[in-house]
Amino acid sequence: MAAPFDLKNDGVVVIIGSGAGGGTLGNELAQKGIDVVILEAGGRYEYDDFINDEWDSFAQLAWKDMRTTSGDWRVAKDFPNLPAWIVKAVGGTTTHWAGASLRLQEHEFKTLTTYGKIEGANLLDWPVTLAELEPYYTKAEDRMGVTRTNDIPGLPGNNNFKVLKAGADKLGYKECHTGRMAINSQPRDDRNSCQQTGFCFQGCKWGAKWSTLYTEIPKGEATGHLEVRPNAMVLKINHDASGKVTGVVYADKDGKLHEQKARIVAVAGNSIESPRLLLNSESSKFPHGLANSSGQVGRNYMRHTTGSVYAIFDKPVHMYRGTTMAGIVRDEARNDTSRGFVGGYELETLSLGLPFMAAFLNPGGWGRSFTTALDHYDHMAGLWIVGEDMPRAENRVTLHASEKDAHGMPVANVHFDDHPNDIAMRNHAYRQGTAIYDAVGATRVFPTPPYPSTHNLGTNRMSEKPEDGVVDKHGQTHDIKNLFISDGSQFTTGGAENPTLTIVTLAIRQADHIAKQMAAKAI
Amino acid sequence: MVTIYEGRPGLSRRELLKRGGIGALLVIAGNAVISPENAWGLETATLRPETMATLIQLARDIYPHDQLADKFYAIAVKSHDEQAGKDAKHKELIEAGIADLDKRAGEGGYCGLGWEEERVAVLKAIEATPFFQAMRGGLVVSLYNQKELWPVFGYEGESYSKGGYISRGFDDIEWL
Repeated sequence: MAAPFDLKNDGVVVIIGSGAGGGTLGNELAQKGIDVVILEAGGRYEYDDFINDEWDSFAQLAWKDMRTTSGDWRVAKDFPNLPAWIVKAVGGTTTHWAGASLRLQEHEFKTLTTYGKIEGANLLDWPVTLAELEPYYTKAEDRMGVTRTNDIPGLPGNNNFKVLKAGADKLGYKECHTGRMAINSQPRDDRNSCQQTGFCFQGCKWGAKWSTLYTEIPKGEATGHLEVRPNAMVLKINHDASGKVTGVVYADKDGKLHEQKARIVAVAGNSIESPRLLLNSESSKFPHGLANSSGQVGRNYMRHTTGSVYAIFDKPVHMYRGTTMAGIVRDEARNDTSRGFVGGYELETLSLGLPFMAAFLNPGGWGRSFTTALDHYDHMAGLWIVGEDMPRAENRVTLHASEKDAHGMPVANVHFDDHPNDIAMRNHAYRQGTAIYDAVGATRVFPTPPYPSTHNLGTNRMSEKPEDGVVDKHGQTHDIKNLFISDGSQFTTGGAENPTLTIVTLAIRQADHIAKQMAAKAI
Repeated sequence: MVTIYEGRPGLSRRELLKRGGIGALLVIAGNAVISPENAWGLETATLRPETMATLIQLARDIYPHDQLADKFYAIAVKSHDEQAGKDAKHKELIEAGIADLDKRAGEGGYCGLGWEEERVAVLKAIEATPFFQAMRGGLVVSLYNQKELWPVFGYEGESYSKGGYISRGFDDIEWL
């Protein structure tokens, strides 16, 4: 039967979310001839619809439904109802992401073994190794067209990169280049090459940056085996008496409820929405939510140790011109405890336009100290810190006791306390970022606090043993055989690398596993 | 309805000066705040025009950019008049907030304090209040999201229609 599929069709795989995980999984399964319905909470905007304007684009794409926050992280104070800057639209956060595509390092799959037990951290080794994932990483890099892989040349360096590179060279850093980016440096896969437009976060109007919106999803749709249903907000996953999931309840754009039957359900709603949905699907059989016999659903929320360093120079930079994140220093990504912390971090170029710079440079800041920084906006360079943060059991997504969304579903509360390791790493990164810019003559430097989280990870983590986590090494929940997790919430630990490439890698691998199990009638 | 209008506001400069000004720059006339030097005016519907004039000064003191004309600050705060018209609580928040500022400032009121440092000292004392937070939180968007002021900061805005920067200086830095 060809798409679109009937609500009563219980042979379909239902995927919740159309981003890096859901969009990729949907296409992979469709290519194998498996019928898939992707339910996406947001609307569908093609790349012609994207807007080169920060606030207008935010209004178009961002997930703005209310969330609450708690804990000692600064985001809870600065943006109490916006813990994350992620997307509610077809393509998910792959419309907004910057394109940095790095493999996790070998030791980052074995953090408990490598770092040992750390007080206040819930470290665990992944049940999968880098070696097992390598063939899938290779496939993902090819699919996404990652520069510096598959003989694809690197992107040219923009002004912001040139400042970073000059400083990194002076400091003696060895690995500084324009990154491994899922942004076409030359036309590829029927998509344009990068035109250095500078609005990567607002959706690439050239289609040069990989997004499931205009790669995986239309390819899947072309098979006749994939239907993407936008404006379909899933509220609950249903199950039968045996505990197998049977379908999902979603609200359409008018708030009307429907049940889509399913043979298999894969949850890929990002690390805040995915545990929210599992927790909200509690029943008499599963009183603590679906797939939560371990009690780990929603726990171990990670967001990377981040922060930015912006610097002012006595001459112009125009950092906002060109690819936002095509610049990286990788030397600090190693695990070297002599620096006073475990794990490592990447330094990547970053730029915001004037409206967002005003909102994010020093949230809550005002007066001349603040405004004289903006006065030199065109003389600024900037970088972003992406480091491994510690999973903590109490850093978690929970259902709010009283606040509900438009559909009556409890909103998510995101609790986060920085671990001392996170703070030590961030301070080290602030110092190194400052040193890079000082080396090329910065006149003033700003250690800028973390933005609302873009890398949300770990809330349905993978584990060897069912009591330690929610899913196994294929993202299959330990408790329910036909329920899968397909997004970054599977991550056992976060690594120092931007997570999208690994999410896509896991989705490609998961599709093989699902197809095999379906063929064997195991699910 | 709040309107910012360009052109001569219908009063002679001499007449405006006679009516007395707020600082030397802005003049209250009827229900409007008028900038005689720069030929624009801001009419208020709900808030007192004196309140609006103080809001404009407050906006400049929160985000002071000496290269920006008052007009940008006036545009940034004008939505408070509309909101006050729809929401009595908002009107009270603003009018009471400004009255409090004037009281703290002493005899000449907030705008009577000649030095920015003096006004900032008053603002520091109310920094945690809902009034100040509402003002600052609104301003950070309503001021910096005005496309007309972006060139003042060297920000070029939308670039897709111009073909991006691939031929327009994405890598033109020369001083390194």
